[in-house]
Amino acid sequence: MRLTPDEIIFWQYGVVKLNATIVFTWAIMLALTVGAMLITRTLSRDLKRTHWQNLLEIVVTGIVSQIAEVGLSQPRKYLGFLGTLFLFVAAASLCTVIPGYEPPTGSLSTTTALALCVFVAVPFFGIVEQGLGAYITSYIEPTFIMLPFNIISEISRTLALAVRLFGNMMSGAMIIAILLTITPLVFPIIMTALGLLTGMVQAYIFSILAGVYIAAATRVSAPKRAGEG
Amino acid sequence: MLIDWFTVGAQVINFLILVWLMKRFLYQPILNAIDTREKLIAAELANAAEKEAEALRARDEFQRKNAAFDQERAGLLSKATAEAGAEREKLIAAARQAADDLAAMRQESLRSEEQRLHEGVSRQTAQEVFAVARKALGDLAGASLEERMGEVFTRRLRALDGPAKAGLADALATATAPVTVRSAFDLPAGPRAAIQQALNETFAAEIPLHFATAPDLIGGIELAAGGHKVAWSIADYLTSLEADVGELLRQGTGDGEQGRGETEKAVAHGN
Repeated sequence: MRLTPDEIIFWQYGVVKLNATIVFTWAIMLALTVGAMLITRTLSRDLKRTHWQNLLEIVVTGIVSQIAEVGLSQPRKYLGFLGTLFLFVAAASLCTVIPGYEPPTGSLSTTTALALCVFVAVPFFGIVEQGLGAYITSYIEPTFIMLPFNIISEISRTLALAVRLFGNMMSGAMIIAILLTITPLVFPIIMTALGLLTGMVQAYIFSILAGVYIAAATRVSAPKRAGEG
Repeated sequence: MLIDWFTVGAQVINFLILVWLMKRFLYQPILNAIDTREKLIAAELANAAEKEAEALRARDEFQRKNAAFDQERAGLLSKATAEAGAEREKLIAAARQAADDLAAMRQESLRSEEQRLHEGVSRQTAQEVFAVARKALGDLAGASLEERMGEVFTRRLRALDGPAKAGLADALATATAPVTVRSAFDLPAGPRAAIQQALNETFAAEIPLHFATAPDLIGGIELAAGGHKVAWSIADYLTSLEADVGELLRQGTGDGEQGRGETEKAVAHGN
């Protein structure tokens, strides 16, 4: 039983390998980039615009407003990181309707990589906003006894991020694979639709949680609270 | 082991590249376009607001001008009405005055016409009466009557006294030509001598006399010298009577009408 697309290896040289996760990630990256380039190549700056541009504007402004709702006062600063997280996870989920496709987010390696990025981005943005001293100090508040718990919280929530996304995506793909062997006709379609919904929800949860963590880290002189989704 | 650490590293790098690509090709152009459009919309809204304000100003200006125009028109209208009314009053007053003047003139003309007619009738009547009297007395007058007249005149001469006598004496004394004694008929020698004698006796002087006839006296004798006159004649009586009749007529036509009375008096004196 194959649990992750990491196991599909197209090419390997020592530890360097080209598995399905990386290949499908590249495919998603290519699709997103080419699509964005094609649409933004003829951007209209006046009141008349194309449907595609309208769609992209809705997506981008939607992400910006969501980031602002989380509590980040300058949402455009975090749009690159959080928006790309959402778009990548969402695109990876949406592509599950394509036969033969394996979502890269169904690989624990990918989700771990994304969680690690969040793990690094939170202190990075926190230090940029508050300064190194203030950020470090936030770990020993209200007392220094809280320091180990804070560190454990940082690590555990990163782990939770990775495992939550992996579990959901992997289980979705797994359920469809199992159902296809049992009832190959109508029922897998319903489960695929459900899987699309789950994928979108996961993309939303992942990016919103990342936003919440960054907001908590960048909030000056605010008590640090670890939120779990 | 579900985690392949090479894949993790590769995915981290992939993700970072994707972040850069998205920033470069998606977020930045889209946000720029949105910003540009928002600026455009804001500019258009500001422009629209400015135009609206301008329109409001124009409307206010128009309303103000309209109100001013209405006011001015009402003022002009009322002024014109007042002027027309005043002109009408003036014209009516002038017409009334003209009508009154015309009526007064007509009345005056009627009155003067009536007066003239009245006067004409009166004068004609008096003249007729006097003509009849003159004719009757003229028919009666004769030589014997002349003698009687000479007696009466002589008596009157002798009866002269006071300022009349003194004035006549002065006139006779200063007279260069013979004093004229006029009578309606040629006086006979008797009365002439009686008159000469009476004069001489009265004024105690020799007074030359010249006797002449004057038919208009009707009947009577008249002595005139230097503006003084002693006379007895029927014409004098008639003139006196005529004056009395004129006086009576004047009283009869109205005591209040002084001008008319004066006219009649003048008429009477003229006769």
